[in-house]
Amino acid sequence: MFDNLSDRLEGIVKKIRGKGRLTEADVDEVMKEIRSALLEADVNVTVVRSICNRIREHAIGATRSKALDPGQQVVKAVNDELTRALGGETLSITFAAKPPTVVLMAGLQGSGKTTNSAKLASWFKAQGRQPLLVGADLQRPAAVEQLRTLGAQIDVPVYSDPGDPVLTAHQGLEEAKRLGRDVLIVDTAGRLSIDSEMMEQIRLISGAVTPDYTFLVIDAMTGQDAVQTAEAFHEALQIDGVIMSKMDGDARGGAALSVKEVIGVPIAFASTGEKLNEFEQFHPDRMASRILGMGDLLTLIEQAENAFEQDQAEQAAQKMMDGQFTLDDFLDQMQQLKKMGSLGNIMSMMPGIPKELKNANISDDDLKPIEAIIRSMTMEERTFPKVINGSRRQRIAVGSGTQVGDVNRLVKQFDEMQKMMKKMGVLGGGMPGGKKGKKGKKGKGGPQRPKGLPPGFNFQEGAMGLPGLPGTPGMPGMPGSPR
Amino acid sequence: MGAVEILLLVLLAFVFVFGVGVVVNNRRQQGSLPPAAKPIDRTGARKSQVKTGTILEEREATDASTDEGVEADEPEIEAEPAPGTLRDRLAKARSTFSGAIAGVLGRSGITNESFEDLEEALLRADVGVSITEELIEGLRSKVAAKEITEPSALLDALQEEMASRLRGSDRALNLVERGEGEPNVWMFVGVNGVGKTTTIGKLANQQTIAGRSVLLAAGDTFRAAAAEQLQTWAERSGVEFVRGSEGGDPSSVIFDGVEKAAANKIELVMADTAGRLHNKSNLMDELKKVRRVAEKGTGQVTETLLVIDATTGQNGLIQAREFNEATEVTGVVLTKLDGSAKGGIVFAIETDLGIPVKLVGIGETIGDLIPFDPDDFVNALFER
Repeated sequence: MFDNLSDRLEGIVKKIRGKGRLTEADVDEVMKEIRSALLEADVNVTVVRSICNRIREHAIGATRSKALDPGQQVVKAVNDELTRALGGETLSITFAAKPPTVVLMAGLQGSGKTTNSAKLASWFKAQGRQPLLVGADLQRPAAVEQLRTLGAQIDVPVYSDPGDPVLTAHQGLEEAKRLGRDVLIVDTAGRLSIDSEMMEQIRLISGAVTPDYTFLVIDAMTGQDAVQTAEAFHEALQIDGVIMSKMDGDARGGAALSVKEVIGVPIAFASTGEKLNEFEQFHPDRMASRILGMGDLLTLIEQAENAFEQDQAEQAAQKMMDGQFTLDDFLDQMQQLKKMGSLGNIMSMMPGIPKELKNANISDDDLKPIEAIIRSMTMEERTFPKVINGSRRQRIAVGSGTQVGDVNRLVKQFDEMQKMMKKMGVLGGGMPGGKKGKKGKKGKGGPQRPKGLPPGFNFQEGAMGLPGLPGTPGMPGMPGSPR
Repeated sequence: MGAVEILLLVLLAFVFVFGVGVVVNNRRQQGSLPPAAKPIDRTGARKSQVKTGTILEEREATDASTDEGVEADEPEIEAEPAPGTLRDRLAKARSTFSGAIAGVLGRSGITNESFEDLEEALLRADVGVSITEELIEGLRSKVAAKEITEPSALLDALQEEMASRLRGSDRALNLVERGEGEPNVWMFVGVNGVGKTTTIGKLANQQTIAGRSVLLAAGDTFRAAAAEQLQTWAERSGVEFVRGSEGGDPSSVIFDGVEKAAANKIELVMADTAGRLHNKSNLMDELKKVRRVAEKGTGQVTETLLVIDATTGQNGLIQAREFNEATEVTGVVLTKLDGSAKGGIVFAIETDLGIPVKLVGIGETIGDLIPFDPDDFVNALFER
């Protein structure tokens, strides 16, 4: 979601990049643009001021510097500042010595507390915990009902009592102890930070359960008010972390930057989609590199590990290297890929994806015709696409509800892809065995591919290659190699 | 990074690149046919999600002891509270402008700092960079031309300029006299969590009191318990209510609502829709379909109201643009104006897109949804 901000900044620094000399007038010009880029991204006015002052200092220094390319120094200053503003460690959850670990959710109306309570429960569950959800939002009609439905979806029990929110929270805690649940997540009603009565109520709830973590849920689309809200809640409740909701929108993320800067608590989690598993721990450093267009491979790998069956993946990769990867294998792997979340989300974490692709707006539904085509093939056709002749093509097209041309293209592209894979397999196999993949990170063996997509990755021609991911070519005999 | 990770990554990249590549190529071949041409099956995708890991019966068995009282008692809402005024509500949180006002008035003349104070106040109110610059430039030139000399006149001029930008739009809700059995349809759209369902609930109550027959159609089939939430509101106002199954097709719910309204000679159908982010093209396509289907029978969509949360920042303009493109938005409902947020984004929405703000939400009770008045809105910002 920070794409727009990074695009804007990129455009600005492009102008000064490569300039032999920078004048103060240049700096003024750039600072003005950086300022409005940040403001348009909803970064808080006060935060913009302090960020800009610091960048300016660096930039002025650069005008006096004799170093080559002072523009580059300004670019670095911008990057450093953003990373610093967002920066810090990932919040790691320490579980209470005496369970349950209590988490209290707070926030404005409509920020996404209920949904994120369930998402958080699901996350804890994935960590091997046994959460209990408590519905203490007795204000909004059917809020508890919503929590119950979500709880059922992730198979987490929900406790609520229609009487009083404070009492409900307290009883929820007792219930968690009785049932031996080791994490308690208390969902509360949305409230305005200036509503003293409601703020008093949540203070009482907090007092009743003495939370180990109090999370503030903030909508990523929030404007200047994000800071005021965060300050007020922090004052009342001692916030331990922020959950950014609706991060899959196209807001520029200024709220995220500002809240961290002003109340000094980390962004702990980010909600990145409507599905209950589209929720991740927030890694400031990784997000910084996402802003700077460098992708987020670590998160991608973690998600892949969860989604893919390891044995299967190894086998598939082996086949790929040997050039025996069939359309059927592809179909299999595509199903696994889908478990990782939406394609758009995966794409946002991949480095070096060309803009034209990012803008193509690909939704998961777009994959359906491909699936349909493969499913309409016999096993023989999937294994040896060469046997597909005119009449088979016709049959597959009819069977999948597509055009013959679509079938043709799929088969042709797959063929080209397979050739490409074979080449990589050979290349990889030629490397000395001991190096494993690690060295590949530096692009070793990847002929002239500084970063991003390799030359073979040409959509215009329909030829497809593997993106030059770190380590790709330098993976000698990896499949089956001991971990 | 061990071998397994790299392996996964490669595999992932392969599958991903190939899949996406085929899609992109196909699109090229089709001569950049918009994705709308494909059958959109959002509900299908969502349905399958609902299925995963739902072991409702089992859960209820293990958890029966805690299950008393599914129905939360709603806090009683008085039928018709004294309608609040914007000024009362906003008085709670005036700090945004009051600092700047004190700053401007505290100086004996108009200095550069005066402009800076005002600029900052406008930015803090989410008015946005470009409109703020326009406003400040306008003031500067008036001061340069000696049209304004006093600090207080500077504030008056800004206040007047802001209000005049909002004046003159038709902000009445559009209810057309149609034949019996031909209902008006008011659609409510917006991103998640802005308060669509609550707005419908309040408005349904007001329209009923005004003597209109109303039906609520629960087109939000996605969010868990959204239909129950709307039903609660329908019961409070004693109006008809139509819902579908969770995860069902929203268009068909709206269609059924129009049919039922036509059969029962109900004048007005209020159609709720699921909150959706405007950058999800499949969901926006779904919304287009809902709008089309709403007019399939005897119904006519006479209002499409975009609900925007006053805390929304500059993204609000993009939201308005996208929703307008998909559903021809006829008006904006600005909710949660009783918080500390100022809702300055409406200036951009009105100026850039010409969509009038018709209603504002200033509290939780039924009477707290009131017609938007530009002068009140601006006055409330400048409360001295």
